Amino acid sequence: MLSIKNLHASIDGKEILKGINLEIKEGEVHAIMGPNGSGKSTLAAVLAGRSEYDVTEGEIIYNGKNLLELEAEDRAREGVFLAFQYPVEIPGVSNINFLKTAIGEIRAYKGLEPIKAKDFLMMLKEKQELVEIDRALVRRSINEGFSGGEKKRNEIFQMAMLEPKLSILDETDSGLDIDALRIVANGVNKLKSEENATIIITHYQRLLDYIIPDFVHILHNGKIVKSGLKELALELEEKGYDFIKEEVEA
Amino acid sequence: MNEVIEEKISAEYKYGFVTDIDADNAPKGLNEDIIRFISAKKNEPEWMLVYRLEAFRHWLTMEEPDWAHVSYQKPDFQEIIYYSAPKPKKVLKSLDEVDPELLKTFQKLGISILEQERLSGVESRVAIDVIVDSVSVKTTFKETLAEKGIIFCSFGEAIQEHPELVQKYMSSVVPSSDNFFAALNSAVFTDGSFCYIPKGVRCPMELSTYFRIEAAGTGQFERTLIIAEEGSQVSYLEGCTAPMRDENQLHAAVVELVAHKNAQIKYSTVQNWYPGDKEGKGGVFNFVTKRGICLEENAKISWTQVETGSAITWKYPSVILKGDNSIGEFYSVAVTNNYQQADTGTKMIHIGKNTKSTIISKGISAGFSNNSYRGLVRIAKGAENARNFSQCDSLLMGDQCGAHTFPYIEIKNNTAVVEHEATTSKIGEDQLFYCKQRGIDNEKAIGLIVNGYCKDVLSQLPMEFAVEAQKLLEVSLEGSVG
Ligand SMILES: Nc1ncnc2c1ncn2[C@@H]1O[C@H](COP(=O)(O)OP(=O)(O)OP(=O)(O)O)[C@@H](O)[C@H]1O
Ligand SMILES: [Mg+2]
Repeated sequence: MLSIKNLHASIDGKEILKGINLEIKEGEVHAIMGPNGSGKSTLAAVLAGRSEYDVTEGEIIYNGKNLLELEAEDRAREGVFLAFQYPVEIPGVSNINFLKTAIGEIRAYKGLEPIKAKDFLMMLKEKQELVEIDRALVRRSINEGFSGGEKKRNEIFQMAMLEPKLSILDETDSGLDIDALRIVANGVNKLKSEENATIIITHYQRLLDYIIPDFVHILHNGKIVKSGLKELALELEEKGYDFIKEEVEA
Repeated sequence: MNEVIEEKISAEYKYGFVTDIDADNAPKGLNEDIIRFISAKKNEPEWMLVYRLEAFRHWLTMEEPDWAHVSYQKPDFQEIIYYSAPKPKKVLKSLDEVDPELLKTFQKLGISILEQERLSGVESRVAIDVIVDSVSVKTTFKETLAEKGIIFCSFGEAIQEHPELVQKYMSSVVPSSDNFFAALNSAVFTDGSFCYIPKGVRCPMELSTYFRIEAAGTGQFERTLIIAEEGSQVSYLEGCTAPMRDENQLHAAVVELVAHKNAQIKYSTVQNWYPGDKEGKGGVFNFVTKRGICLEENAKISWTQVETGSAITWKYPSVILKGDNSIGEFYSVAVTNNYQQADTGTKMIHIGKNTKSTIISKGISAGFSNNSYRGLVRIAKGAENARNFSQCDSLLMGDQCGAHTFPYIEIKNNTAVVEHEATTSKIGEDQLFYCKQRGIDNEKAIGLIVNGYCKDVLSQLPMEFAVEAQKLLEVSLEGSVG
């Protein structure tokens, strides 16, 4: 589904990603861990198509398409979803209106007719229950005045509504209380399928107790320096990043 | 990027067509003879001519103001045609008599009067008066309204048929000597709309006027007068468009609102005069005086405006809160793009006790434009317990445009509570990217964000027009970011 080869990306002339290689297949869950500033969010932003980053080398093939040639909105319409580390507030625009617009655009891109109001409302209700998000929250303006945890939940709710093929969760677990963490993880698990893939960016093993990854990658200084199975996350938790750094530098 | 530019070009001012109508023009220029000509053309009574001439003589002593934060080549008042009537000028009994070219114009404007008339059995209706250049062409639903005693007609007709009302109220809110453009309007105005809502009557439909400048080299000087008698209610909407022309066209209107005891007037404007091209060539000079008075207790006047057009806008819809417990409101969205300039705001004059006013102003500047809010809140000595809340927000798109706020506050009574909040923000790359990441393209994203930003104002518009206004905002800002 996703094949990243030798990806180099920089911002304002500073190279952040220094040759990333990653293969992701349908149905897989990949966790990406790594110290602050190692380039995790940068990788997510480059995948999502944020134009401030220059891709200087390498390629990204997504479902047979050259992802780097697609505009951000077209990547989203092709099923790439990013749950932001820091979701923005958009005052005055209700979540419902926003999602309706987004679904309309995605369907139009796929040549589907607009969703019926009734179907949209049904879907809204169903997904609300799935991710256990407060009805009142959904009716408010996008993230305006939301608490940190509420914003994260709203990202997962949007993910549920948009039914993406490739979801990238950038530290969706940070800022969540224990119950919320479980609920969000449940939501992600329920949305998982044979056709979808998920990239989970996190600092903590805790989330991976709930969402079991097929692979764990460690990003350090713009490169994936170690990949392994879910046990790698446990090892990391135990030993910290120092052992990785030592290994790399040795 | 190319795509965006292409879209922008194709989306340029879509109301800019020129209609080929045989017009009956006055010679250009301004002097007492021209005023006599206009008055005679309109078959006016002597008192009206006297009023005009007095205003004209006063105007001659006045200077064009230059305190607004706008710069432009002052119009040459001798180069303007002050009267242009589409022929035929005889009184029209039905639509069949209207010039077919003119009907086409209406269709292009999206006003289907025929349709309106055909649908007259339907609940939600809008009565429309259409003013092309200087003359009222057609007022719909007159009979339906007359059953309730409501008068909704052209100003010219009101002078003929309701002279006592016109004489009593005209200039009672905006004296003809009020300012340079009001004086000019009083001397040369050619038509406009007139509404009278009798005691205790709630107007059953929106009253609406569409203004259009058509003939080249003409100015448009219309007057609107709305009187709401005790306990009555009315919601009025005006819309405006003009053809694309290289020269600037002058629009200097006067609007007066009078609300008696317990009466409510809601006045909404969607202003979309031609803004000029991308280099700032052409466009309408929109110099307008709008003022309402809450004459007696518990009266309420609300102004809502969505201003997207005009090369220059100079306009301050105001409320004089004379009656005790009266309420004044001003909700405004002003968008400037390319080289447009807007200096707009309001004046809330608190005279009565327990009077309340609310000001919500949202300015959006893009391109090389300049957008200023100018507002005055005055609490007179006797205005015990007056309250005002003002919120003035500016949104900048790009870094070549300007936003300015000039709030003036004068308080002569220490029981007053006046609150003023102001913010300036930039449309965020983060917000735009967030939308794109959900599948929404740049133009639609700007539309969403801007409409969200203006929500508090747009929600004040009558339903039918809120949608139109939202679209207009999107079109006005197309191509302004990215
Ligand atoms: N505009 C910029 N100019 C220079 N450096 C930048 C710029 N934007 C980001 N960076 C740097 O890029 C590096 C990678 O940032 P990124 O946000 O991808 O890290 P991260 O792995 O997500 O970290 P965290 O765990 O803290 O979220 C950081 O060192 C950051 O300071
Ligand atoms: Mg990060």
